[in-house]
Amino acid sequence: MGIETASQQVQQWRGAFPLLNQLVNGQPLVYLDNAATTQKPQVVIDRLQRYYAHDNANIHRGVHALSQRATEDYEAAREVVARFLGGVESRQCVFVRGATEAVNLVAQCYLRPKLGEGDVILLTGMEHHANIVPWQLVAEERGARIEVLPVTPEGELDLEALPRMLRDLPVKLMAFVHTSNSLGTINPSAEIIALCREAGVPVLLDAAQAAPHQRLDVPALDPDFLVFSGHKTYGPTGIGVLYAKWQHLSQMPPYQGGGDMILKVSFEQTRFKEPPERFEAGTPHIAGAIGLATALEYFMELDQEALLAHEAAMRQRAEAGLGEIEGLRIIGQAPRKASVVSFVVDDVHPHDIGTFLDQDGIAIRAGHHCTQPLMKHLGLPGTARASFAFYNTMEEVDALVRGVQRIVKFFR
Amino acid sequence: MHELEELYQEIILEHNKRPRNFRSLDDHTAHAEGNNPMCGDEIEVFLKTDGDRIEALTFQGEGCAISKASASLMTEALTGKTVQEAYAEIDRVMQLLKEQGIEPDLARDGDIAALTGVRKFPARIKCATLAWHALHAALKGEGNTSTEE
Repeated sequence: MGIETASQQVQQWRGAFPLLNQLVNGQPLVYLDNAATTQKPQVVIDRLQRYYAHDNANIHRGVHALSQRATEDYEAAREVVARFLGGVESRQCVFVRGATEAVNLVAQCYLRPKLGEGDVILLTGMEHHANIVPWQLVAEERGARIEVLPVTPEGELDLEALPRMLRDLPVKLMAFVHTSNSLGTINPSAEIIALCREAGVPVLLDAAQAAPHQRLDVPALDPDFLVFSGHKTYGPTGIGVLYAKWQHLSQMPPYQGGGDMILKVSFEQTRFKEPPERFEAGTPHIAGAIGLATALEYFMELDQEALLAHEAAMRQRAEAGLGEIEGLRIIGQAPRKASVVSFVVDDVHPHDIGTFLDQDGIAIRAGHHCTQPLMKHLGLPGTARASFAFYNTMEEVDALVRGVQRIVKFFR
Repeated sequence: MHELEELYQEIILEHNKRPRNFRSLDDHTAHAEGNNPMCGDEIEVFLKTDGDRIEALTFQGEGCAISKASASLMTEALTGKTVQEAYAEIDRVMQLLKEQGIEPDLARDGDIAALTGVRKFPARIKCATLAWHALHAALKGEGNTSTEE
């Protein structure tokens, strides 16, 4: 695709996101905090509006027309999720509040009953707090412990250490991130999962940062569990997905008790529904699930190849431009990276960079990115992080580079 | 840019580059950690009192220009003061940093007045108050504090 057409393509994508068209601090908004949350296309906003204006009713219980309509749309949303995950069964997809809740659900309902004194939960050094703390909670309760697959100085997982850890340690589950939110590293997940499979260790894959960039081929990756969040994938907040192998899901006890997850209740005994309903107690986030499905459908219709090429081009341009600034260091040099650029500048703290850029209308994230152990390992208090989505432009990349150049001048 | 220049005044930049009393204190009589969980800033404040008087006040840690300069200014302002005076000063500065209505008194506040630029940047007020929270905790004999409290 030529440069002209590529930029027209981006303008067309961009036009679908109304929020981007505004001034912040008197400057056109440059939104580069997509790893924290993505913006929503108009079709998602319209779908939520339509749901509340026309279709709102409770699901799985009413005999009336609206309830049937809401139920059908909610279950159709599950089908869309199953398709987005590469063609899994919809009954394997549980709607939850987000990736965090999904990890907690697996920790409490799958792992906790199996976990004994001295057992090991294997994580990696680049996990988000959401893929650390839920495991610590069950480990502490059961007398188990956390072991960590190390990260290399380049920001990759030390895969050489993995076979030995899987062989020598009593690992009951490995949980790791597909794409790092702090460094952008895309891990060789299929390879890691295959090693775990050989060792008989079940795997949870955190796909929160992977889902916004590509369709997930779950049958090919073959994790036992996979989690992602709607709001990072162009959908609403408060909705996310837990995918699980049926052999696990069907054996797991409920997460929470309540309505909509039961077959029959008496004060003596309650019989629970089959998954996924078993894990969706109470009235779920119906609008959120429907909005998420709209977002995923929108995303799946985009030219995936063009989208990934554009994201890669923006990252390379940002790394090249920022890399020329004296005293600036790009953190995370893995050969395979998502469109995330984390950096530090000598004598300028990431927060000060964040505040300065904000005055230019440029939104980035500054700090530890909910990966404090990783920051400690890298010997950094935090980084400044620009994360690009397909609706960002090359001009915005240039604005970022100019902004950072100006800050460095100011502080030196 | 005007508000940015008010935030990052010369005094702030200078204290950021060359923070005063930026070291630990081996013979401290009290110390406390202050951390800002939102951003990961960590500052440790060390205090040595002789009777009721603050004989030495130092800090170390990682932080942005605002939190570092604020800590540095604090150590300068409160060394030699009595504990009671320090408490009063902490209260006053906290108010000064948080409340739009109160104007700094240049004669009295001196360089600390430079910190009031944060009032236009609500996300950064916690950076400026961090060291003062930590000192308060040290004086009270509490080990650590957080700006979320």
